[in-house]
Amino acid sequence: MPNGQGADTVWKCPPTFIANPTVRFGAWVLLGAYLVWSVGSLEMDWERVAKGLPRAGDMLARMFPPDFSRQSLLIKGIVESLQMAFAASFIGMILAIPLGLAAASNLAPRPVYLVARAIIVLSRTFHEVIVAIFFVKIVGFGPLAGLLTLIVASVSFIAKMIAEDVENMNMGQVEAVKATGASFTKMLIYAVQPQILPRYLGVCIYRLDANIRHSTVVGIVGAGGIGMTLTATFKRYDYDFSLAILLAIIALVFIGEIFSNWARGRLR
Amino acid sequence: MLEIKNLTKVYPGGLKALDKINLSVTEPQVIAIIGSSGAGKSTLIRCINRLVEPTSGSIKLGGEEITTLNRQGLRKARARMGMIFQEYNLVERLTVMENVLSGRLGYVGFWAAFTRNYPPEDVRAAYELLDRVGLKGRHDDRADALSGGQRQRVGIARALMQKPDLLLVDEPTASLDPKTSRQIMRLIVELAHEFGTPALVNIHDVALAQASTDRVIALSDGKTVFDGGPDQLSADVLSDIYGAEDWSATIRKDEDEEEDA
Repeated sequence: MPNGQGADTVWKCPPTFIANPTVRFGAWVLLGAYLVWSVGSLEMDWERVAKGLPRAGDMLARMFPPDFSRQSLLIKGIVESLQMAFAASFIGMILAIPLGLAAASNLAPRPVYLVARAIIVLSRTFHEVIVAIFFVKIVGFGPLAGLLTLIVASVSFIAKMIAEDVENMNMGQVEAVKATGASFTKMLIYAVQPQILPRYLGVCIYRLDANIRHSTVVGIVGAGGIGMTLTATFKRYDYDFSLAILLAIIALVFIGEIFSNWARGRLR
Repeated sequence: MLEIKNLTKVYPGGLKALDKINLSVTEPQVIAIIGSSGAGKSTLIRCINRLVEPTSGSIKLGGEEITTLNRQGLRKARARMGMIFQEYNLVERLTVMENVLSGRLGYVGFWAAFTRNYPPEDVRAAYELLDRVGLKGRHDDRADALSGGQRQRVGIARALMQKPDLLLVDEPTASLDPKTSRQIMRLIVELAHEFGTPALVNIHDVALAQASTDRVIALSDGKTVFDGGPDQLSADVLSDIYGAEDWSATIRKDEDEEEDA
């Protein structure tokens, strides 16, 4: 007992990252100084911001009331976005299975594993919008470019989740099924599939929800869907129609989110 | 039935888990393999169905050399060897029936396995085995709804579904309470005798091994240090295997427990 008089009553949690108090204080000072410098060096044009504020007010004023009169255009855009999201999710969840299994280090031989991982990393490197620009250049404006973009994003996302799930699965069950003399494919359906199926379906539903959101974004660079309609209204200063589209997107994403939470809750 | 000659396993790290093991099983007896942790018991039975690849030596099951089989041959050989595990290793999200029928995976086609459409004689055998291990009526329960002892019973049924020529049993009771351990061990021994299947059983519980098996093999540092009847296993022999301790109590205690079990 350090005090020589019974148990200590004073205890302080040891510092988590930096033990030396001087270094710790210094780190905070440096961080503060960097923040001040970085904001200062952004060269913000406050005059331009001041001019923009009334313009923003003007834009908001012109947005009201939202104009839902061009329903056919609105519905066409929404349906196109939804179709892109559903088709991309479905194709993605199927293509992701072989890629995900190939990217699991405990199932795939080393070379296969490395190639599959490389494909996943590469297709996750770029944001959807950049991939969309790329596909618009290849297949032209329209929903096909958006669909391809969302497929790439879905496959890599779901495949990565599958790979991680497979790597974390209980190998005892795999060993037991192998020991019965089962082939690799039978082992997959008896030992791997039951272990990863609930989370896989959960990830697919989450991805559908994400695809609905992203399908509205990729349209901005010309890859079809409601986003493309939205960009057009901004260009033509149709702000009241813009607001109608924004409200529709909010409703769409909201419904997607509710559905996704409900469906994933049921899987547990 | 089983003939092992000079079986050696050296793990990539250089650890010699098995050092020229010789073992011959000529009648359908239940053989306990005892030895301290790390003596090579698990490696030995996993080398026999090549879940662990042996480094050298020969393993013959019913005259067929196991160590040189190609993938397809190995699958066929594995289908003839039932395995029971310490952690049961049931597929937890599948039903009891699917787990038991998975013992036939080495025999049925992919489509039958995928659609769970097993031949009627397999389904009948599965029902009979479930009845025999005391799980009648539990076929549609999910495996993770069962207790440890019940799971091991399903594990036993799965192994016997293979109609195996050999049972490989790895610490079947190490995760169970003493009473359940005894029941499970008794069930394995009974069924092995009933089916006329030789069984190699890794086991830590020396008293239980002595009380229930026909023959005891002791491993120490990957070598066989004892091979004989359970009654020949004296305190001196146990000191050789596990190191100096007072073993007389272990041997006697077992007889007391058997009476009230």
